[in-house]
Amino acid sequence: MLGKLDWSAIPFDQPIPLVAGGVVLVAILAVLIWVVVKGHLPYLWHEWITSVDHKRIGVMYILLASVMLLRGGSDAIMMRIQQAVAYQSQGYLPPEHYNQIFSAHGTIMIFFVAMPFVIGLMNLVVPLQLGVRDVAFPTLNSVGFWLTATGALLVNLSLVIGEFARTGWLAFPPLSELSYSPGVGVDYYAWSLQISGVGTLVAGINLVTTVLKLRTRGMNYLRMPMFCWTTLASNLLIVAAFPILTATLAMLLLDRYFGFHFFTNEAGGNVMMFMNLIWAWGHPEVYILVLPAFGIFSEVVSTFSGKALFGYRSMVLATMAICVISFMVWLHHFFTMGAGPDVNAIFGIASMIIAVPTGVKIYNWLFTMYGGRIRFATPMLWAVGFMVTFIIGGLTGVLVAVPPADFMLHNSMFLVAHFHNVIIGGVLFGAFAGFEYWFPKAFGFRLDERWGKLAFWFTFLGFYVTFLPLYIAGMLGMTRRLQHYDVAAWRPWMFMAAFGMLILSIGVICQIMQLVVSIRNREALRDRTGDPWDGRSLEWATSSPPPVFNFAFNPDVRGEDAYWDMKSRARQQSLEHDEPEYQDIEMPRNSPTGFVCAFFATIMGFALIWHIWWMVILGGLGAWATFVVFAWRDHDEYVIPAAEVAAIDRVNLEERRSLVSMAGIV
Amino acid sequence: MNLLDPRGPVAAANSTILVDSVFIMLAIVVPTIIAILGFAFWFRASNPKARFQPDFVYSGRVEMVVWAIPALTVILLGGVAWIGSHQLDPAAPVAGTGSPVRIQAVSLDWKWLFIYPDQRIATVNALTVPAGAELNFQLTSSSVMNVFFIPQLGSMIYTMNGMVTKLNLRADNEGKLQGLSAHFSGDGFPEMMFDVNVISPLAFPDWVAATAKTDAVLNEDAYKKLMQQGVEKNRLTFRLDDPRLFDLIATQHIPPGPGPELLSDAGRPNRGGHDAR
Repeated sequence: MLGKLDWSAIPFDQPIPLVAGGVVLVAILAVLIWVVVKGHLPYLWHEWITSVDHKRIGVMYILLASVMLLRGGSDAIMMRIQQAVAYQSQGYLPPEHYNQIFSAHGTIMIFFVAMPFVIGLMNLVVPLQLGVRDVAFPTLNSVGFWLTATGALLVNLSLVIGEFARTGWLAFPPLSELSYSPGVGVDYYAWSLQISGVGTLVAGINLVTTVLKLRTRGMNYLRMPMFCWTTLASNLLIVAAFPILTATLAMLLLDRYFGFHFFTNEAGGNVMMFMNLIWAWGHPEVYILVLPAFGIFSEVVSTFSGKALFGYRSMVLATMAICVISFMVWLHHFFTMGAGPDVNAIFGIASMIIAVPTGVKIYNWLFTMYGGRIRFATPMLWAVGFMVTFIIGGLTGVLVAVPPADFMLHNSMFLVAHFHNVIIGGVLFGAFAGFEYWFPKAFGFRLDERWGKLAFWFTFLGFYVTFLPLYIAGMLGMTRRLQHYDVAAWRPWMFMAAFGMLILSIGVICQIMQLVVSIRNREALRDRTGDPWDGRSLEWATSSPPPVFNFAFNPDVRGEDAYWDMKSRARQQSLEHDEPEYQDIEMPRNSPTGFVCAFFATIMGFALIWHIWWMVILGGLGAWATFVVFAWRDHDEYVIPAAEVAAIDRVNLEERRSLVSMAGIV
Repeated sequence: MNLLDPRGPVAAANSTILVDSVFIMLAIVVPTIIAILGFAFWFRASNPKARFQPDFVYSGRVEMVVWAIPALTVILLGGVAWIGSHQLDPAAPVAGTGSPVRIQAVSLDWKWLFIYPDQRIATVNALTVPAGAELNFQLTSSSVMNVFFIPQLGSMIYTMNGMVTKLNLRADNEGKLQGLSAHFSGDGFPEMMFDVNVISPLAFPDWVAATAKTDAVLNEDAYKKLMQQGVEKNRLTFRLDDPRLFDLIATQHIPPGPGPELLSDAGRPNRGGHDAR
């Protein structure tokens, strides 16, 4: 009846996950009860859960990422403490627990923090920057988000029901095969990623289509803001790379569920095939993450320097070059597998070539600052912090692309430090910069600068104190994923890294405080103009938060930096004060399709993990029926009458005009 | 286990390339970082002396320089990578005095088995080699992937079941070194550190002779017992029954090691966790 599921799946003998899971469960229940009792449920259902508005979906993505950042961060704290104390002892985490933690940490941070954070920001911002009313497929967008949430839910479920993978975040076979990992851990891992992978793929298709097909009048490709370009590149990579991940995990699951032999030791299975396939997805994946961050920094550096982006076309070229080359370097993840000198050298050099366009980007940001009038608001601090940190990560990255150096550094703590250097220093700093920069746009009030700057400094400092020691530990021969060790020379560095983790945690606390303080002071921080930073691209041309239809009129773009251009023209030509002629606007109707679909997907995923076959069929049929019902819809749009559009738009128009004319006088 | 304290030619060459590459890159990275901080500071909005040039958004010369600097660096480093990959290919021969010593390493769950086919002995978790001689390693795995790595001797290499990888090293000085597995392989992974005893070439035959006197014999049955999941704290030594044992393992004539299912709880480290089976 319940497949492999019975009471032994609940870890009654393991206080840590049980208590952690219990606390989370109680917190979720408390929030749910509060929502229901306070009568917020209809609001949440109509305005958020069933919303197909790209801005709302973007916000929900970011919320998911933030919550999962806390989960992944807790894992990181536990790992750092374990390695600090586990010198000549077992520490406080037994191997089967420690191994789950580092596997979950990697899986969560990449798939459920970094991915939803950047996809959320792209969702929120790209249609606004393109001057359009929504993404290409609004309901599909909602489906994508909810499927990602399903994956996150399943990963967290493994905390209290069963176990998570103990194989590392890429679940290399044969360790991840049934013979060496007979538990449900790898199944949790694989099904979470299969389901959220579908979500990511549809998000990718959606954003690619949006950028290619939905641009406002005059928005040529070479007038698009850099963030739209990096979004295009990143989502092209998603569309090309995620099917590889899905296929690879499908093969692993076939091995595990039906006794296939794709990657087993026996019967001609080949583990190197898995290595190649997973990294053929995995290497583009890091560029999927970091390209949008490059876009964010381009916007931030240009806005806060008060200048257009230096070498815009060069940046476009660099972005697309990275997009293409990132598919040709995957083998550098296993130089030490004995591929032979020609293969190693070619892939090493290909990997270095990526450093060229990346270096060009750094220099172009540098020259954007040159001759600027730089305002050090929090997003700009993140941007400068990123540039410095990312260069160091780039240096160590090119270093491990040199095969003989990698023969010493592969899988070491040096490598761990390197990829945290680029993922934290690049992607996370970028996500935070974007969060600070676009928060006023999403919510209509700014974030508190004092707490924001504190958060930056603690995170920046904490990063170095945590990860420089790991570089050194790597140089001392320390490999990754050690639950305990006997080498005295490593110990002080593990202590220092744990101390750095404390500083990083303070940074996260500051980030939370910033949010709390800002919400409390939201009236004082209110942004009435829609343009709090003196922005340059179209998202600042509408109110904060934007109306559901984004723009009363599709903006007419006449050059790069569209909104800056409009502001300059308005100043020169004195303002037209005549009332524009408002028209009816058609918008897509909200739809519970995404939520219901994900609900059934969750049931199906859980049932697949535990081999509860009747439930698999139920979940699968439910998800399919949801899709059929949606496909048979009669009405999918509603009309906002011109009068209502006018009423909404007039308020902001006045504020905006007074802002522009004030600036004109100054 | 300091990578910058090499005890053999391979490690020395690897770490030279490592250090040189870092310095080549530092030559452009340091000025760039200084420029970032300098520009950011000088062009701050509150500095009246900084000239505001909002129209400085393109310069062909600057573009040429910014594409050229990383490109030239990569060309230089690419040369280092190409030559280095060929000279330091793990399978490339290493010059040494005396006749080379053949060692067949097998990663087991969770210990290392070192077979000396020519000397007809085998050891567990302790590798004894003569200084100065070329060491020809052939490596495979009894079950999951591992990576064989002696940081101070140089290049690491994967071990995989059903496959043989090759690695040639040389240890120059007598002394004790440590080796480890550099690829996560399960619960006992941290216990896969092993001792490396580099002894004088004159003492090596004596060590072989002493080891060969052991009563324990490594044959197929003993190997199957050894490959069960578990941690081995003792430095076991064996007489080798059949010098083709390694080939039998590598060609899967001896099937891959069993996973946790066939095992009693006693052999595993720190059992007691929940297992959702």
